Amino acid sequence: MEHASHIFSYKTLGLVLGTLLVLTGVTVGASYIDLGWINVWITLVIASAKASLVLVVFMHMKSAGKGVVVSFLSTVFFLAIMIGFIFWDVAFR
Amino acid sequence: MPVQRDQTGKKMGMWLFLYTEIILFGGLFVLYAVYFSWYPQDFILGAKALGLGFGVINTVILLVSSFLVAASITAVHKDQRNTALAALTGALVCGAVFLVNKYFEWGHKIEIGIYPGSERLLDGPAPQNLFFGLYYVVTGLHGIHIVIGMVLLGVSLVLVFCRKITAENDAVLDNCGLYWHLVDLIWIFIFPLFYLVV
Repeated sequence: MEHASHIFSYKTLGLVLGTLLVLTGVTVGASYIDLGWINVWITLVIASAKASLVLVVFMHMKSAGKGVVVSFLSTVFFLAIMIGFIFWDVAFR
Repeated sequence: MPVQRDQTGKKMGMWLFLYTEIILFGGLFVLYAVYFSWYPQDFILGAKALGLGFGVINTVILLVSSFLVAASITAVHKDQRNTALAALTGALVCGAVFLVNKYFEWGHKIEIGIYPGSERLLDGPAPQNLFFGLYYVVTGLHGIHIVIGMVLLGVSLVLVFCRKITAENDAVLDNCGLYWHLVDLIWIFIFPLFYLVV
């Protein structure tokens, strides 16, 4: 039964699909409301929420082990450094 | 003699490869973000020209296909071989429909003179040329990933059919699934960046 831990039921997978579709609707709806630069952040937050759902449930990240979780978060961290430093450079030219 | 299978190692290797993909698309997203912060008005005009319909439909298609791939793994573990085969076939159909949509989307753009190096883009404002250049590079690279993902799903489908992928030996299906989910994951960010900045 060592495999059973990382297998989600069809019901759980279906619920996640439903949530992802609802979030897609929300992000499309939000784009029609003009909030200026806040729109970009709302969009990115919803996209990150959707990405997290896919990672944790569809990609079974938790059961993949600590090594995968830590290395994935490190990748995101280094991506953030890349984005942050580039914008730092661009902003002060 | 029992066969030794290093499932953890295979999975770790796949994840390491996926990180390189994240950085690859991450770099393109940074490029987009910097130009967007420099020329917001032109990028908004560009996004308006893209047509939300194609973007929304393709997002739904990819989310459903990801669900089907995840369901196929559950099915394999429940020894429901036919369900797994049906789910994988469904995911492949989704991938094909995505590409057909892309064909019509790009076809329409090319018809109205929006393609790399077209007169309309070269004579128009430079930032809009940038927007559509990035649009073709990013969605094109993503499209190539869809094709590769479909090949991998096809291989999994055959292996499940031949009973080479089972509950005890699922690393190939798991890794092909991971690749497909990553392609979905990248689209989750492409869709709002290109279609929703209005």
